[in-house]
Amino acid sequence: MAQKTYAGITVDVNEEGYFTNPSQWTREIAVEIAKEEGIVLTNQHFAIMEFLRNKHIKGEALSIRSINHSGVIDVKTFYQLFPGAPLKKATKIAGIPKPASCI
Amino acid sequence: MEQKYPVKKVNLICAKGAIEDVYATLIMGNGAVMEGIETNIFFTFFGLDAILKTRMDKLHTAVVGNPALRLPGGLRMPTLLGVIPGMEAFTSWMMKGEMAKLDIPPVSEFLDLIVAGGGRIYACKLATDMFKFKKEDFSEHVSDILTVGQFYELAGGEGSHIIFT
Repeated sequence: MAQKTYAGITVDVNEEGYFTNPSQWTREIAVEIAKEEGIVLTNQHFAIMEFLRNKHIKGEALSIRSINHSGVIDVKTFYQLFPGAPLKKATKIAGIPKPASCI
Repeated sequence: MEQKYPVKKVNLICAKGAIEDVYATLIMGNGAVMEGIETNIFFTFFGLDAILKTRMDKLHTAVVGNPALRLPGGLRMPTLLGVIPGMEAFTSWMMKGEMAKLDIPPVSEFLDLIVAGGGRIYACKLATDMFKFKKEDFSEHVSDILTVGQFYELAGGEGSHIIFT
């Protein structure tokens, strides 16, 4: 298993850079990963990442549709906050596994 | 993962209007948008039902002439059963129920998601004329009614793919 160091903390990641142990994640680490992705994190980013992390911890599948039911932001804003592939980027920065969802 | 020839643009054509035809297109299209791939979806012939305001959320699946259709439990659905009144509506209702369990949205909401992510939806001009539809019959998400030539024009570019679902 690969390891990476963010904000002075060494964390376990898979070959694509996704956390294998979400409990190692901190907000400071998120800021560093986001920098690699060219994103400057705002409170909105953190709010939706918290939603994604909670869903993951509860064992619920993540989908782009679920963002609309988050009560935090809508899907359009989600695409703006994490340009390109938002669900993949957001989960990577939020320290949870890459979603296996097709929708 | 770095790829040598990544898919940069996806241009989907949907020419049929059964639930499974339309959803194949929408799932492939939304999936492309989610990956950050530029996405155009072109609806033509019976596929236009997927973008008609009055029909998009009332699609059916064929119960006659559909040899892959199975009853719950896995037995083949005899074609003769398909002619029983209400069978098509019932089967379509069941399909939609199963899809909802997987968090697959209704067609109208699916179009919302695709457009929210920057995907573009088009209607075919020839089919629109043939069925005598007007721009206002279509969902607000339809950005234009295109000729075949215009569709090919916007499908151009390196790493661009045309997929007929």
